[in-house]
Amino acid sequence: MKILVCISHVPDTTSKINFTDGDTKFDTNGVQFVINPNDEFGLTRAMWFKEKQGATVHVINVGGPETEPTLRKALAIGADEAIRINTPATDGFSVAKQLANVAKEGAYDLIIGGRESIDYNGGMVPGMLAKLIGANFVNTCIGLEVEGDKATAIREIDGGKETLKTSLPLVVGGQKGIVEESDLRIPNMRGIMQARKKPLNVKEPVEANSETNTVSFEKPAPKGSIKLVDNVDELISLLHNEAKVI
Amino acid sequence: MILVYTESEEGKIKKIALEAVSYAKGIADQMGTTVTAVSINADDTAELGKYGASKVLEVSDDKLKKFNGEAYADVIGQAAKNEDAKVIVLSSSANSKFLSPTLAVNLEAGFVPNVFSLPESTSPFKVKHNVFTNKAFASTEIKTDIKIIGLGKNTYGLKENETAATSEAFSPNLDAHDFDMEIVSVDKATDKVTIADAEIVVSGGRGLKGPENWGMIEDLAATLGAATACSKPVSDMDWRPHSEHVGQTGKPVAANLYIAIGISGAIQHLAGINASKVKVVINNDPEAPFFKAADYGIVGDAFEIVPKLTEKLKEFKAQNA
Ligand SMILES: Cc1cc2nc3c(=O)[nH]c(=O)nc-3n(C[C@H](O)[C@H](O)[C@H](O)COP(=O)(O)OP(=O)(O)OC[C@H]3O[C@@H](n4cnc5c(N)ncnc54)[C@H](O)[C@@H]3O)c2cc1C
Ligand SMILES: Nc1ncnc2c1ncn2[C@@H]1O[C@H](COP(=O)(O)O)[C@@H](O)[C@H]1O
Repeated sequence: MKILVCISHVPDTTSKINFTDGDTKFDTNGVQFVINPNDEFGLTRAMWFKEKQGATVHVINVGGPETEPTLRKALAIGADEAIRINTPATDGFSVAKQLANVAKEGAYDLIIGGRESIDYNGGMVPGMLAKLIGANFVNTCIGLEVEGDKATAIREIDGGKETLKTSLPLVVGGQKGIVEESDLRIPNMRGIMQARKKPLNVKEPVEANSETNTVSFEKPAPKGSIKLVDNVDELISLLHNEAKVI
Repeated sequence: MILVYTESEEGKIKKIALEAVSYAKGIADQMGTTVTAVSINADDTAELGKYGASKVLEVSDDKLKKFNGEAYADVIGQAAKNEDAKVIVLSSSANSKFLSPTLAVNLEAGFVPNVFSLPESTSPFKVKHNVFTNKAFASTEIKTDIKIIGLGKNTYGLKENETAATSEAFSPNLDAHDFDMEIVSVDKATDKVTIADAEIVVSGGRGLKGPENWGMIEDLAATLGAATACSKPVSDMDWRPHSEHVGQTGKPVAANLYIAIGISGAIQHLAGINASKVKVVINNDPEAPFFKAADYGIVGDAFEIVPKLTEKLKEFKAQNA
């Protein structure tokens, strides 16, 4: 089985979000970048397929050279090969098109992405990719088994979960649950050393149009101060009369 | 023409669908056009006119009894083509989020999710949406001929707009490829309010010490008709199911009222719940960061305050019933 894991390179969850260039660009100053958490769960599931079912695992990112440390981290966790498509990620559709090109060429059986990137929260790249390459698609995936060319996936729905049977090629949008938090791996020294020698192939992009264009960013207005109360009667009265939520 | 997909569950139109219709009507007014709704296996769509739909396409097909992303995207896409829709409005339910990217590729339409207000302008078509998990907003132009908007939950609200609506049957062409996926089982708690649908969410953190103490959280939630939620470590330790984990890496919460009990207010937690309108914190540490993010707070021991709050709320409900 050939697996491709899509890795989005995002600011660490503790990052302060600021913008530059007249609020048109994300300010990367002092920001630590990491593998998108949803993708890290997916990558860990891919490692399980590698170890238990002999799968080969490639990781891919669409982005500039600055994303290479993130791809190296994925290699240190255990992926066999990394691919970087050398073009800035402008919108979900153009990223999906770049990925589709590599996905088709590489004839991957399973492609694992995340439910969403925690930066732009698009939640669209895996679904678009699936449609572009004619693969099946399962979103918000919290469980995945593959046998031959058949897959069983569990997906989170509002208020519960659903079990699906489908066939490969398959694209999933993964999240916590596809593996547990305690299954996540911190790269060890040996992994980090090996990762240096593993291939990280840089590919030039194909022609791909973007359909959307973010023109500016804004930060929410600072919050007014809290009203502290010292008993529950007062709280109930405020929630009823002032906030009008009960 | 603005097309809106109006989701139903067990045949009943969902509240988020009415919010989506209200929003679609808002855009229709900006653009001087009308709203057509498309519904799949809904029993009664009369209510849609009340929020501004002037036409309802009713699809009823047993093959569509269970949600299927590919097939549902096909239905909506065909409706859009038939009606020559320029803008399509979808909600932010798990199912709508599942099908939106498929629909976008089918129609070569640009898609923007988490939109929270009417377009800033319709030509060029520019919308505002949440990014960085509610830590910022972006203003994005959709450049394609057809535009798809994912409306954030509880952002626009319900706006009545009585319109004479006609309804007609719509039979899409579905082929075998639409059903490459077989749903083998659905496991859903039907007696509980889900975080996605809830107006009020009661959430507990590590401050509650252990899963045995969740009875008081459940009681408070039941009293308020609220959904229960929790912080990430609580679900990581298996005190509560993963489906209750809210925050940047869990579920987003956009409720009218979010009550955080024994939760410190870490940046990742706040990011996911910030879209809620009113936030209440109950924590015994006055220095907890949540006090900087909430609207109302009580400094004190949750084990004393929560049962008292539930009791007083029951009295309040009895008086105001
Ligand atoms: C990559 C990443 C992603 C993350 N994503 C999320 C996420 O999506 N959601 C999330 O929630 N977290 C997330 N976290 C974790 C986050 O950083 C915090 O660790 C977590 O939110 C803390 O949970 P807590 O508030 O329940 O626990 P704690 O931080 O331990 O806080 C417990 C609170 O309870 C209070 N308390 C104790 N006893 C009582 C009492 N008797 N009465 C009242 N109050 C009491 C304490 O004063 C304290 O403030 C993430 C972390 C990382 C690194
Ligand atoms: N630039 C990118 N390169 C590779 N994969 C990406 C990129 N952007 C998004 N993805 C994948 O698509 C998922 C959803 O991203 P998004 O649609 O941007 O929310 C992510 O979790 C990744 O798996």
